[in-house]
Amino acid sequence: MTRMSFAEAARTALAEEMRRDPLVWALGEDLAQGGIFGQYKGLAEEFGPDRIVSTPISESAIMGAGLGAALCGTRPVIEMRIADFTLCAMDELVSQIAKVRYMFGGQGRAALVVRMPQGMWRNSAAQHSQCLEAWLTHIPGLVVAAPGTPADAAGLLKAAIRSDDPVVLMEPKNLWTAEGEVPEAVEPVALGVARQVAQGDAATVVTWSACVPVVEQGARDSGVACDVFDLRSLWPWDEAAVIASARRTGRLLVVHEAVTVSGFGAEVVARVVEALGPGGLRAVERLGAPRAPVPFSPPLEDAMRMTPARVVQAIRRVASARH
Amino acid sequence: MVGSDDRSAQAAAPPGGGDPSRSPHRQGSASNETARRLAMLRDMARIRAFEHEAVAAMRSGQAPGVVHPSIGQEGVAVGVCANLRRADRITSTHRGHGHAIAKGADARAMMLELHGRAGGSCGGKGGSMHIADFAVGMLGANGVVGAGIPIACGAAQAIRLRRAVRSAEAAARLAGGQRNREPAGAEEDDAIVACFFGDGAVNRGPFLEGMNWAALYRLPVLFVCEDNGFAAFTRNSAVTAGGGPAVRAEACGVPAIAVDGEDALAVDAVAAELVARIRGGAGPQFLHARCYRWEGHTGTDAAAYRPAEEAAAARDRDCIRRLAAALATAGVAAEEIAAIEAEAAEEMASHRAAAMAAPWPDPGAAFSDVQDAGAPA
Repeated sequence: MTRMSFAEAARTALAEEMRRDPLVWALGEDLAQGGIFGQYKGLAEEFGPDRIVSTPISESAIMGAGLGAALCGTRPVIEMRIADFTLCAMDELVSQIAKVRYMFGGQGRAALVVRMPQGMWRNSAAQHSQCLEAWLTHIPGLVVAAPGTPADAAGLLKAAIRSDDPVVLMEPKNLWTAEGEVPEAVEPVALGVARQVAQGDAATVVTWSACVPVVEQGARDSGVACDVFDLRSLWPWDEAAVIASARRTGRLLVVHEAVTVSGFGAEVVARVVEALGPGGLRAVERLGAPRAPVPFSPPLEDAMRMTPARVVQAIRRVASARH
Repeated sequence: MVGSDDRSAQAAAPPGGGDPSRSPHRQGSASNETARRLAMLRDMARIRAFEHEAVAAMRSGQAPGVVHPSIGQEGVAVGVCANLRRADRITSTHRGHGHAIAKGADARAMMLELHGRAGGSCGGKGGSMHIADFAVGMLGANGVVGAGIPIACGAAQAIRLRRAVRSAEAAARLAGGQRNREPAGAEEDDAIVACFFGDGAVNRGPFLEGMNWAALYRLPVLFVCEDNGFAAFTRNSAVTAGGGPAVRAEACGVPAIAVDGEDALAVDAVAAELVARIRGGAGPQFLHARCYRWEGHTGTDAAAYRPAEEAAAARDRDCIRRLAAALATAGVAAEEIAAIEAEAAEEMASHRAAAMAAPWPDPGAAFSDVQDAGAPA
């Protein structure tokens, strides 16, 4: 194990994949400068401008060219800079990339990765802080992954690059500098397999992405012994592990940074209720953001932020509710 | 081109003022040239016959959904694709049957696809607007205007990257003392991408992004703007400001040339020159081919928004008759031309009959080829 930052783990994983397969390449804005979070630092020097391609601010072309390049046998890593900018390339992602294999009867595959760092980071305000993972889990054809640790940043990126499906990798902007233990030889993380962070019978707590360390802290601070899952992949997601745990605990809490309404937490809760029946849970709660844009000013942003304290309160509510 | 719809000014203008007869494709004997032109006529006749069957099938309800016929525009598809090889790729549009046939796609499978039958190009999952035939480099029609432009750019980048990988592997083999065998896929080394789109696409963002992108990275792409005058139900000149497609392309650094798209030989001559430039490493080129959409936007659109005389005049400029006249001047018997057209009609009628007789897809196929991880249960 080596201790390294999220960005360093991701950068190392991409470099290893590019050394392994000469048809892996990356395109996006400012990549020659290392990307805005340093996750591409040094790669242009090693791999040259034809494999680390710095592009104009042309989201449609970045996404669409990535697709064309995948259809002709290369494995592009498409960098969107931040997830919000993907909205400028939604046709290319949703109606082209996600559909080509199906529409063309299996003739072509979009074996590519779309990296879109998401969420709150340094008071970036409403157009640079969104968490839109639920939009993309709704789209047939896409795999959606959201790492919450440096090790998974590396393992999920490797899995995404090797996948023959188009994989959307939603990296948490707020965690790029967070450090963690990363294996010397990172193996791809199986898509759709959750990581169990903590064990306990009092409740089942499900989270992902930037909320992983927040929930870990909250669960510790609550003093309540819970099963805590970092989903890591949102489509496919580890229904089996979560349903088995919820069946045992009878109490379910889902925590995410995104707006609660129509967030992916709704899908998690719905599937668990379908599996266990309407009376299968004694307590259930979704903890996310209010249905409001993310504000700029620090105290305003803090009002929107997921915190360990909020998680503590929610865990105690769910664990003690009597129905 | 907006507001200056003077078709007399559309004469073919061979690039560089050169003589089309100097193109490398035209150095053979007169009989070779006639054979080439007969092959073009055959493909144009096949496209028209396919479209007639497709429209009839849509109007009768035998083909579900919508078809967008390209009747009248055959000379653009065939004039361009006559200069492409199998390893070259194309991207196409919602009005894409002609591009596919001209690139060598399986017309029978296409007709089955239009009918939603098993054995269709896409197994019945795409329909008219999503026909693809990867075996011949046809990377897909597209239901979104202009969407093929960035895709074509990326395809060209992939061709270049794969070439670099092949040459690095060849160098490694040489350095390792191995025999320098021709690496697999070398036929792709100077492959190009031809990107077809309509005049309506020039008002979409991906057009601007793609032109800049192709010029910036000097990609081997031939952009073909098939300017049939209409963006769906609206005359494109009524919704387009400025100097038109070629001016916009040149503003991004993509050299552009206009051609009479209703003159297949003119398209062929200019495309030959542009394709040669692209294969030679000159970067992207832009062909603005003016033509006219004989039918409405779809097979059931009566196009009441335009004067009947205008469409009638376009029919008088029929690209097929013009090519046939050139062949007759070159000494080809009228019977031979008639036979080619009759064979084309017979072929497409037989494909339509085959489509009507073909089985429907297994309903289970609706759930296949979505994705591997997280596929529908």
